[in-house]
Amino acid sequence: MRTCGATPGGPSLDGVDLKTQYVIQGAVLRAGVEDGVPNGAPVGNAYVRLLDSSGEFTAEVPTNDEGQFRFFAGPGQWTVVVLAHGAREEIMVSPQTGTPVDLVVQI
Amino acid sequence: MSRATSLVSIDWVQENLSNPKVVLVEVDEDTSLYEKGHIAGAITFHWRNDLQDGLIRDLISKEKFEALLSKSGISNGSTVVLYGGNNNWFATYAFWYFKIYGHQDVRLIDGGRKLWELKGLPLTTDLPKREASRYVAKERDNSIRAFRDEVVAAIGVKNIVDVRSPQEFSGELAAPAHLPQEGGQIKGHIPTAKNIPWSKAANEDGTFRSNEELSELYKAAGVDFTKETIAYCRIGERSAFSWFVLHELLNLQNVVNYDGSWTEYGSLVGVPVAVGA
Repeated sequence: MRTCGATPGGPSLDGVDLKTQYVIQGAVLRAGVEDGVPNGAPVGNAYVRLLDSSGEFTAEVPTNDEGQFRFFAGPGQWTVVVLAHGAREEIMVSPQTGTPVDLVVQI
Repeated sequence: MSRATSLVSIDWVQENLSNPKVVLVEVDEDTSLYEKGHIAGAITFHWRNDLQDGLIRDLISKEKFEALLSKSGISNGSTVVLYGGNNNWFATYAFWYFKIYGHQDVRLIDGGRKLWELKGLPLTTDLPKREASRYVAKERDNSIRAFRDEVVAAIGVKNIVDVRSPQEFSGELAAPAHLPQEGGQIKGHIPTAKNIPWSKAANEDGTFRSNEELSELYKAAGVDFTKETIAYCRIGERSAFSWFVLHELLNLQNVVNYDGSWTEYGSLVGVPVAVGA
């Protein structure tokens, strides 16, 4: 379970220059909702893959202990693929500068 | 040097967990993952701290390699089974490294740590106790290793395969997108190199594609298997992955890994460089 009151999502953006960076980040959680807020346990060591608009592999990172991941991408459409034991999720995103794409992926 | 002798499945690993001849070694750039959990019985080598000389840019000496393996309880007759995260990049680098020092029986777990985790197989934090051995390495076999002068001489003559991402190849990026942008002094690629990213050789779960798919991948990109092939990347580990594909899985003997890779080539004075796709 996440700490009460914590907002689900990717790691802190302190120090990230959102004016220039196309950030795609998020958290991978087990299913669970309380008062409309996802509260499932974080999934550490899920594998998150970033594919470009033609479906080509670009990068892959494991999630941290909080289930979080982050990519610095570029403009255009990207696909985030989350792989974990017993689960596979695909999410299409189009990051912009200024506002990061911040996902909560429940598996 | 084929799938049968160089690659093992996770099923094989599970059947051989208590085989005394088998030594599992997790190799990565971040061994904190090992501390959080590893396959039962596995020891760990850190790609830099254990396997790089540190003073000069090179492999550790034969004597240091012997000391490392002896301390780890690996003997000349051991079946060394390597795996790691990062889609086995550092594990294939260690495979290439063990071959340079002439270890007879070294294998790689297909899919590595990722497939093991995706299958939900158990990991442990227990540290194995292994009795020290007396390992004797062979002199370095540099026939699977390329040095800078050979690479410069190979431009337009041999196959040069750049296994980095298209963005690194073209010169937009100096390193993979999720890493700090350190690299050579300049960006780009070695002229006449074909860009065949390492990732094209792997399935989503980290296992290798079939030999038929792999062979077609390189041929379609213009690699002539009758010529010698030099693989490179940024620091020589992703290219060890592609070297493993070509040399071990496809059993092509005339394939070498340029471990100096772009961090060396991109810092050389006066050598030709190409940019763009």
